[in-house]
Amino acid sequence: MNAVERPDKQQLAAMFRDFVDPQFVISDAETQKPYECDGLSMYCEMPLLVVLPETVEQIQQVMRVCHQYSISVVARGAGTGLCAGAMPDPEGVVLSLAKLNRIIDIDPVARTAKLQPGVRNLAVSEAAAEFGLYYGPDPSSQIACTLGGNVAENSGGVHCLKYGLTVHNLLKLELVTVAGDIISIGSEGLDSNGFDLMALLTGSEGLLGIVTEITVKLLPRPEQAQVIMAGFDCVEKAAAAVAGIIAEGIIPAGLEMMDHHAIVAAEAFAKAGYPIDAEALLLCELDGCSEEVDAYIPKVEQLFQHFGATSTQISHNEAERERLWKGRKSAFPAVGRISPDYYCMDGTIPRGQLAYVLTEMAKMSEHYGLRVANVFHAGDGNLHPLILFDANVAGEFEKTEEFGGKILKLCVEVGGCITGEHGVGMEKIRQMKVQFNEQELIQFMAIKEAFDPTHSLNPGKGIPTLKRCQEYRSLGADGIQPEQPA
Amino acid sequence: MSDISQQLIEQVQQAAATNTPINIQGRGSKSFMGRSASGTPLSVAEHSGIVSYQPVELVLTARAGTSLQEINAALAEHQQMLPCESPVFAAGLSSSTTATESSFAGASLAGTLACNQSGPARPWQGSIRDLVLGVRLINGKAEHMRFGGQVMKNVAGYDVSRLQAGAMGTLGLITEISLKVLPKPPATATLTLACSADDAVKQMNTLAAQAKPLTGACWLDDRLYLRLSGSTQAVDGTLKQWPGERLEHDQEFWQQLTEQQLSYFSGEQPLWRFSVKPNADPIAIDGPWLLDWGGAQRWLRGEYAPEQLETLAAQAGGQVAKYRGGDRHSDVFHSQPVPLQLIHQRLKQAMDPQGLFNPGRLYSWL
Repeated sequence: MNAVERPDKQQLAAMFRDFVDPQFVISDAETQKPYECDGLSMYCEMPLLVVLPETVEQIQQVMRVCHQYSISVVARGAGTGLCAGAMPDPEGVVLSLAKLNRIIDIDPVARTAKLQPGVRNLAVSEAAAEFGLYYGPDPSSQIACTLGGNVAENSGGVHCLKYGLTVHNLLKLELVTVAGDIISIGSEGLDSNGFDLMALLTGSEGLLGIVTEITVKLLPRPEQAQVIMAGFDCVEKAAAAVAGIIAEGIIPAGLEMMDHHAIVAAEAFAKAGYPIDAEALLLCELDGCSEEVDAYIPKVEQLFQHFGATSTQISHNEAERERLWKGRKSAFPAVGRISPDYYCMDGTIPRGQLAYVLTEMAKMSEHYGLRVANVFHAGDGNLHPLILFDANVAGEFEKTEEFGGKILKLCVEVGGCITGEHGVGMEKIRQMKVQFNEQELIQFMAIKEAFDPTHSLNPGKGIPTLKRCQEYRSLGADGIQPEQPA
Repeated sequence: MSDISQQLIEQVQQAAATNTPINIQGRGSKSFMGRSASGTPLSVAEHSGIVSYQPVELVLTARAGTSLQEINAALAEHQQMLPCESPVFAAGLSSSTTATESSFAGASLAGTLACNQSGPARPWQGSIRDLVLGVRLINGKAEHMRFGGQVMKNVAGYDVSRLQAGAMGTLGLITEISLKVLPKPPATATLTLACSADDAVKQMNTLAAQAKPLTGACWLDDRLYLRLSGSTQAVDGTLKQWPGERLEHDQEFWQQLTEQQLSYFSGEQPLWRFSVKPNADPIAIDGPWLLDWGGAQRWLRGEYAPEQLETLAAQAGGQVAKYRGGDRHSDVFHSQPVPLQLIHQRLKQAMDPQGLFNPGRLYSWL
């Protein structure tokens, strides 16, 4: 864009109000306040404007105006993200997709749902239930998080070992480009010709375009689902039991592990019947047709006992199943009750490295004087250490961030990655260079520029710019030099 | 069984220095796919071997030229498999290879990903693209890079790994791939019944909406074939509840379907592949047709105008490609609208600025 004079805040608001309902163009600080951060509230910033379009055409118009004046755009769903991916740009516009919350169509025969991006994750399964179908990916925030956000982050959940991530459950996307044009990616068939742009866009954190329509696959609801809970007196035994199940050729629908801190906190909060003297707890859900679940449940229980479980419990009805899950699903808020604040990490590691990683983390925990509770998607190796801290103690958040950075570095060292499902956003941008070298980061930036040459979409997130990358490098090998977010 | 990545990097450097396009060759089993190749042949077949395989992690990493047969054999030793059931195309190798001292023939791992080839289980067990966890590749600047990883969940950076699926090698020279693998189901059985294409589409979609261990649904010559795989109890239970009679020697049928060795696939007539909405009505062309993937993949034989088939495919919610045979100088994959062409060209520019890799193999304009 050549030199077009940028409108000021009020002029821009007036332009938007020409085509968006004026009440949905938010320019006053008080009403903007809820948009200053996402689920990672340590990172906040006030935007220039917040706009909530009600139609795809309005989104196109917003994008055209912003493109004309080189104004940045941060797309936002429900704001449940945990990586400051929706943190506003002070010079830019927050584009909320919350008003586009319609389930456009469910095709029960093809087993698909066509959705607007603001539809809540759980609402899809609720709407599909009457056809005996549901949507697979179920992130913990599924009551509130939106499909648009799920696409942006490639969300997972507790069932992704068996049913895959968001990227495995999408058929088609409609996208508004940075210039305001509409493109359609994928089809109602399973494979499409040309580049797999669906894969590229899924998990791209709003850096490549604005997703305005999503077609997802729906799955038949399992005839039966049962959970086995097992307590262990050490983490190694629980980890061996996980390996034992996989070696037996069984792929559970969900396989979750919690350490002692997490068990105690979750039990106090949810009264799920967890063994509070256990050092590790496994929750294993088996689902599918009844014959298979009936056959595998006793087999898994025997395996758990073989690997030294100190207690086991099987759900015999839906109420019991929900109770056993309740502790795990409320683990984060439960941990929130035993500490003034907590910081949730999201590394992935090869499962076999779990015991080593937990031991190393315990050493770091001692070094920093900060407790850690661990919740682990044991089936797919996604580890959520929750570092407990008190933000009111001067310097403790900085210390927590440094500790977190070291955990992520450890994950990369054992063959894993810095983020399994929460995304990079603003939060982990410094750790990107722990996982990727300069050539790779430059390659990512070139891909970004293929869609967004002016860097207008969600600037400063996801992919570090080379300049910043060099700055971080000069800060030291860790890439974890404490840097207070603005 | 060796690591020749340094040699491959030097070859790409050389090609960049002399601005000479490269025709990337794997093990030669899919040279029939895509548009006619041009450029100086560069073989990755010798860059082969399984780099790591830990059955309990459900992850395998192998070099680009590793044959699928070798991978399948290694997995089978641990009762595991590539769930996408990609074709091995072992019979297609005979003439072209000077590459292999190895006893394994047929498709390479990287070629399978570049061509995005998956077998009958694809709707239920995922495609080769779905299984990819990470790749190493050499870009057009001869930089050897690593994307993704060896873990199941990884959202750091763009998914450059899966972007290679179906790109026909136009975005880089893949050197290594990490994949998710799965246990082999202990039991498999097939039901078959006579029915029309119309009924087959209805049956396949109705049955796929049930939580049963369906892993194959195909219709050919007025017969529907339904494959069940899973625990013995699940397969036995479903056999009692579902229509049709048990097919003997069923593994042979599914293997021939996967490997395109059924008589349907023989002969010189062009072979078209439709990827459509699974419940789309039978497409209004006489055929002969073979329906697979529960109705989502449909094969057609014969000489047709691509424009006519593209219109029909779009009406069925999907796309069509001229998979094998016929004119390979014109475009063979479903056409892309102009805005998507531009994105393809910009991405190509981002990864291969000189346009060295497989020019024109995917599209004439790329």
